[in-house]
Amino acid sequence: MKPKFFAVPYVVWMAIFVIAPVLIVVFYAFTTADGGFTLTHFTEMSRFLPVFTRSFRLAFISTIISIAIGYPVAYILSREGQRVQRLMIMLIMLPMWMNFLLRTYAWMSILENTGLLNRFLAFLGLPQLQIINTPTAVVIGMVYNFLPFMILPIYSVIVKIDKSLYEAASDLGANTLGVFRKLVIPMSLPGVLSGIMMVFVPAVSTFVISQLLGGGMVMMLGDLIEMQFLGSTYNPQLGSAVALVMMVIVILFMYVMNRFGEGEEKAVGL
Amino acid sequence: MTGMTRRPGFFGRGYNFLILFFLYAPIFVLIAFSFNSSRSRSVWTGFTFDWYKSLVQDESIMNAFYTTIIIAILSAVIATIAGTFAAVGFFSMRKKWRTPLLHINNIPMMNADIVTGVSLAMLFVALGSLLRVNFFGFATILIAHITFNIPYVILSIMPKLRQIDSNLVDAACDLGCTWMKAFWKVIVPEIMPGIINGLIIAFTLSVDDFVISYFTAGGNVMTLPMKIFAMTRRRISPEINALSTILFLTVLAMLIIINVREARQEERLKQSQLMLNR
Repeated sequence: MKPKFFAVPYVVWMAIFVIAPVLIVVFYAFTTADGGFTLTHFTEMSRFLPVFTRSFRLAFISTIISIAIGYPVAYILSREGQRVQRLMIMLIMLPMWMNFLLRTYAWMSILENTGLLNRFLAFLGLPQLQIINTPTAVVIGMVYNFLPFMILPIYSVIVKIDKSLYEAASDLGANTLGVFRKLVIPMSLPGVLSGIMMVFVPAVSTFVISQLLGGGMVMMLGDLIEMQFLGSTYNPQLGSAVALVMMVIVILFMYVMNRFGEGEEKAVGL
Repeated sequence: MTGMTRRPGFFGRGYNFLILFFLYAPIFVLIAFSFNSSRSRSVWTGFTFDWYKSLVQDESIMNAFYTTIIIAILSAVIATIAGTFAAVGFFSMRKKWRTPLLHINNIPMMNADIVTGVSLAMLFVALGSLLRVNFFGFATILIAHITFNIPYVILSIMPKLRQIDSNLVDAACDLGCTWMKAFWKVIVPEIMPGIINGLIIAFTLSVDDFVISYFTAGGNVMTLPMKIFAMTRRRISPEINALSTILFLTVLAMLIIINVREARQEERLKQSQLMLNR
């Protein structure tokens, strides 16, 4: 017996539990309830165009904010001493180990109308904010939940940049800004790309954050799918069609990101 | 020292401190209000341990907790064993076969959780109507968890397999080992760190999963994250805060133990290197 046959049980498992489910989704997406071929689920989806645009808009905004907040964290952290780096990384990872439902629930109690934030504002004599059940609350929840997934990959590439490269760059006359623009940013791009993937995909497909912090007012793609399977409007055909579209978009997105990443790696000669 | 390699200044440190505050403030709010004597989430009325008592006495929460742990242990162990064999199998294949199989293996990691959950649920419906049984519940959650765990186990074992000196396996074979023996005596010990790593990742992923369990449970069984979701939607329940506090402290303790162990190992490594250099 050769060791390559060790993989046979898992290949069978994949055929049943990885490939078959995908094929079933594809099948349902193109069939009517009684089994005939149809494309109506896709044309019907145009009704939900606002849901698509909202999902992508909010996921995009959250990803951009995560980069804007997370990149400086990773960069500053990479210049700390060994001990501080290790401690900070542990502190950044710790909240990730708490279930994201609990983290999202925490923001409910902060953002609600009589919540801590508004009580604090009232205490300062400032006007009240209506944040809960708005897209803003959903974005705050997504950034909070996914920020570590942006910081960690960026940090792990910046920290690997050879220190002598900095010296070489400044010896050759680059000022601080020049080193940052010509060295740190290009070298850290692969980390940013994997951060984008790790934030964007869960953000665009979430239904928990939008339900808890959007209060049903901010419907996203995840909510749309969930409704077709477990919600009030049971329609697995339509749900499959939406899931299929999401799957294709995610694959295309990753493909583009990978292509982009390869180009960058070539450009910096990695 | 150039400007870029200098330690961060006051503003840099202040900024990172602010981000840590952003990450931890909500968690500390949760913890603080787990001791609040009223149901309010924002007004402090006094100190109490009542929510911890009602948490432990709540049978459905405790059941959900046990279900979560049992599924996590079972799925992690099964996924680790299956993933180890699969990784070794994939590794010894020709590239022509390995590449497409690894691509398929990536599907559950790449797909959004909701797509994995929904597609598995539809498979279980189809299989159920084919075999005329409704097996939604514990079994379907377990199968789903094994399915999304194995790719991560393979991912953590593959690099270790690449590090093995292929001469070791050849030597074992030349010395009369059967393939099975070479697997147990040479390969498994060499990739053990990867296996353990995979087991830990699988366990934590399983404990943490909400979305895939939610779609594959079929309303019969509840894991702890599913229970938490139900609680957040129904009403304000300070038991969630108590639960958060317990989970936070558990994770904190685990991380501290792991870090202290790692630091000690590094210290020992350094000392032994010093001894060698002398």
